Amino acid sequence: MSDTLRPRSLDELRDTVAAAAADAATLEVMGSGSKRGFGRPVQAARVLDLSGLTGVRSYEPAELVLTAAAGTPLAEIEALLAEKGQMLGFEPPHLGALYGTADAGTLGGAIASNLAGPRRIKLGAARDHFLGAVSVSGRGEIFKSGGKVVKNVTGYDLCKLLAGSFGTLAALEEVTVKVLPAPAKQRTALLFGLEPAEAVSVMAQALNSPHEVSGAAYLPPAAAVRSSVDYIRRAGTSVVALRLEGTPRSSETRCKALCGQLSHLAAVEELHTMNSTKLWREIRDVAPLLPDASKAIWRVSVPPSAGAAVVAAVPAGFILDWGGGLIWLATDPAGDAGAAAIRASIRAAGGGHATLVRAPLPLRAAIPVFEPPEAALAALSARVKEQFDPRRILNPGRMYAGS
Amino acid sequence: MLTMPAPDESVLARRAEIVAALRAIVPGEGVIDAEEERRAYECDGLSAYRQLPMVVVLPSTVEQVSAVLRYCHRQKIRVVPRGAGTGLSGGALPLADGVLLGMGKFNRILEVDYANRCVVTQPGVTNLGITNAVSADGFYYAPDPSSQIACSIGGNIAENSGGVHCLKYGLTTNNVLGVQLVLIDGTVIRLGGKHLDAGGYDMLGVITGSEGLLGVVTEVTVRILRKPATARALLLGFPTLEAGGDCVAAIIAAGIIPGGMEMMDKPAIHAAEAFVHADYPLDVESLLIVELDGPAIEVDELIAAVKEIATQCGAVYSRLSNSEEERARFWAGRKAAFPAVGRISPDYMCMDGTIPRKQLPFVLGRIGELATKHKLRVANVFHAGDGNLHPLILFDANKPEELAAAEAFGADILRLCVEVGGVLTGEHGVGIEKRDLMGAMFSEDDLAQQQRLKCAFDPDGLLNPGKVFPVLHRCAELGRMVVRGGAVPFPNLPRF
Ligand SMILES: Cc1cc2nc3c(=O)[nH]c(=O)nc-3n(C[C@H](O)[C@H](O)[C@H](O)COP(=O)(O)OP(=O)(O)OC[C@H]3O[C@@H](n4cnc5c(N)ncnc54)[C@H](O)[C@@H]3O)c2cc1C
Repeated sequence: MSDTLRPRSLDELRDTVAAAAADAATLEVMGSGSKRGFGRPVQAARVLDLSGLTGVRSYEPAELVLTAAAGTPLAEIEALLAEKGQMLGFEPPHLGALYGTADAGTLGGAIASNLAGPRRIKLGAARDHFLGAVSVSGRGEIFKSGGKVVKNVTGYDLCKLLAGSFGTLAALEEVTVKVLPAPAKQRTALLFGLEPAEAVSVMAQALNSPHEVSGAAYLPPAAAVRSSVDYIRRAGTSVVALRLEGTPRSSETRCKALCGQLSHLAAVEELHTMNSTKLWREIRDVAPLLPDASKAIWRVSVPPSAGAAVVAAVPAGFILDWGGGLIWLATDPAGDAGAAAIRASIRAAGGGHATLVRAPLPLRAAIPVFEPPEAALAALSARVKEQFDPRRILNPGRMYAGS
Repeated sequence: MLTMPAPDESVLARRAEIVAALRAIVPGEGVIDAEEERRAYECDGLSAYRQLPMVVVLPSTVEQVSAVLRYCHRQKIRVVPRGAGTGLSGGALPLADGVLLGMGKFNRILEVDYANRCVVTQPGVTNLGITNAVSADGFYYAPDPSSQIACSIGGNIAENSGGVHCLKYGLTTNNVLGVQLVLIDGTVIRLGGKHLDAGGYDMLGVITGSEGLLGVVTEVTVRILRKPATARALLLGFPTLEAGGDCVAAIIAAGIIPGGMEMMDKPAIHAAEAFVHADYPLDVESLLIVELDGPAIEVDELIAAVKEIATQCGAVYSRLSNSEEERARFWAGRKAAFPAVGRISPDYMCMDGTIPRKQLPFVLGRIGELATKHKLRVANVFHAGDGNLHPLILFDANKPEELAAAEAFGADILRLCVEVGGVLTGEHGVGIEKRDLMGAMFSEDDLAQQQRLKCAFDPDGLLNPGKVFPVLHRCAELGRMVVRGGAVPFPNLPRF
């Protein structure tokens, strides 16, 4: 068992990392550990546990900005925002259930893994809402990046780099995020019985309409039947779901208009706020719809129009989100768990990336979990890592072998 | 006095040889040697600072860009990338010993892809050119800097430019999907594409807003949006600046995110009205343009709500656009505010700080006091919704004491922005203009970490040196685990 270091302040965090850097002693950087199964297994001398850095440091709803210690539980932040009728626009998925825990993780963890839910297509990913940070680099130095206002171009946008770096560049101590008013109501238009290719084209029509669709997903019959929403579970066929949010009259009117526009293509139905909310939570969190714990889970991002081709090329359970641009695949964990076929289909799609989000540990250690970058980009990434963490003490190997 | 890196005498001595080598890479008119022709590139939109470049190169293919950079890298020659030259912070200011790399010939849109809602374009295409290419089909590119008819999308990426619609639709960084980038050693890489989010480190995110210091963008993929079904604008006039500022805060607090929310003070209103005759009320102290866009039914509801809020905040003037033409007229005054102010003063300097919205009334009051202190006039326009201020300081550059006073006034305003929890620049970039104020916002360690990123891309510091960072450290020094001093000395740059 490795030691766990649990700093309670920025200075303690700095001292901890600086001491580790001096000894070149490796650290596994962790929030609450909810996504420990995401990425390559880290072998480190010690665990750097950031869950002792908690608390909202400032939140003024009228400013649409929130600052909190990075280890603050995501659930706590979301509850606080909900009290004020606000939300995190990137709709962070609660992936805990994928790994058999109810824990939704920490705010810092959501940022460090740059995840985003169905609303990504309209409002962006964690990176787009991440305004500022105080971090400790692998050099053991405190540095501030970004700011606490929504519009800022002062200096390099290091926050973008930290988002999605899985703790390999720096340990986040404090994060500032942009927050947004939560829509009062939502409706979801459902279309039944479409094949994936038809579904992708219908979703494109909806996303290209002026109705401001904030979620566009496709559940094949095997996923639909697992939904807790009656209309979907009992459909006995595939379901396209298109979300419309806004004021009560607006969401209702747009949903009707969209159904009218698409009803010649398939049977349509509408979900109101309660069922709609339930459905999009399932799509966001994935686990309810792809529940077989024995499967390997991949998260694939491609140009939306390529979504159907990818699922045709790889035999797997799946759901499509982001109008076809985000594909969750549940493959057999044997062999390479479909890695070669998935990555070939991405190349055929003209670009994108696949991440092995859940798999048995030996498999995650054996195959590239993140999309292998081409040589020049890999070299650049290694140079960037070197500039933040020259002794490679932070999460060694979490993203790429030997990094 | 602004200082720039000392010209490298050994490079200047080899000028003829360098020009010949560049001509071998970019034939014909692509290399500009004659002094009168180089003159056209001596400044960008921050025209108080000028410097003739050693030579101008206008490549037209990525292979040429790569070969030019590889050559300069080997020969240790500095390079300054340039788009349309509309930047307001001096990011494209040439260096006496540098190659000015103009991207103007990269002026073609390569692909419009509605199925994936994106456009692939060369970087020299104008911001408006992208919207124009998709407008007939009901789409547009959302970030809309006031300079959109002239500025290039490559420049927009380098500056992470904003516009009046950024409150709802984000800055450039939120609307770019991918780039092709050439590194200083000539390596060509692709970041992103038509899909969302990077697979590894978000290099695309950090390139955006990097002010031409990390690489040269040679191709861009941007997201396009369906035009909103309806857009209507409200013109709201208030008897005080504070009342206008309170109204902005109240609208946001009510959960409404307008498509755009702009504010002007009395001097700006008068200047704009005299210039474009937008029918602005002249007897108010502050004017808000609030644009609500989206589905018609929602826009109607929100307009009613905003009107109500405005009344509560003491609005004395309220007018709703009833046609596209009228809406365009409301905006015409705001979008022409800079040139309009240019007509009432020989020179003006545009500041660009961002502050927390709630500080708006306080900061406006302080700016008024500072104007008195520095004995200069100021006209204020703001992207009020996101707290991004554009105080325009009026002065006469022919009076040396006025230029100095304007610079001091500007620096005071930016320090004030930082003091109240804001930042030095919301959309125009640091460039040379705010470079020496970076220390007001960032500690030495903060800046050192930013410069280390530069070291990963350009360890010799050849791309656009002298911009953004007040002190240039050598990468070897920054790499040491204990970093100390050792600034590269800067001689003075003459100012015009
Ligand atoms: C009247 C007026 C109004 C303006 N309004 C706004 C506004 O509303 N919002 C706003 O954000 N800005 C505004 N600006 C500022 C300016 O237009 C933007 O910063 C714009 O993005 C600059 O684009 P450009 O092509 O002119 O770039 P340039 O000025 O040529 O260059 C700007 C920077 O980008 C770098 N660069 C240019 N092209 C490339 C490339 N291909 N690869 C790498 N680096 C490159 C240069 O080195 C330089 O550092 C305004 C300017 C004016 C004059």
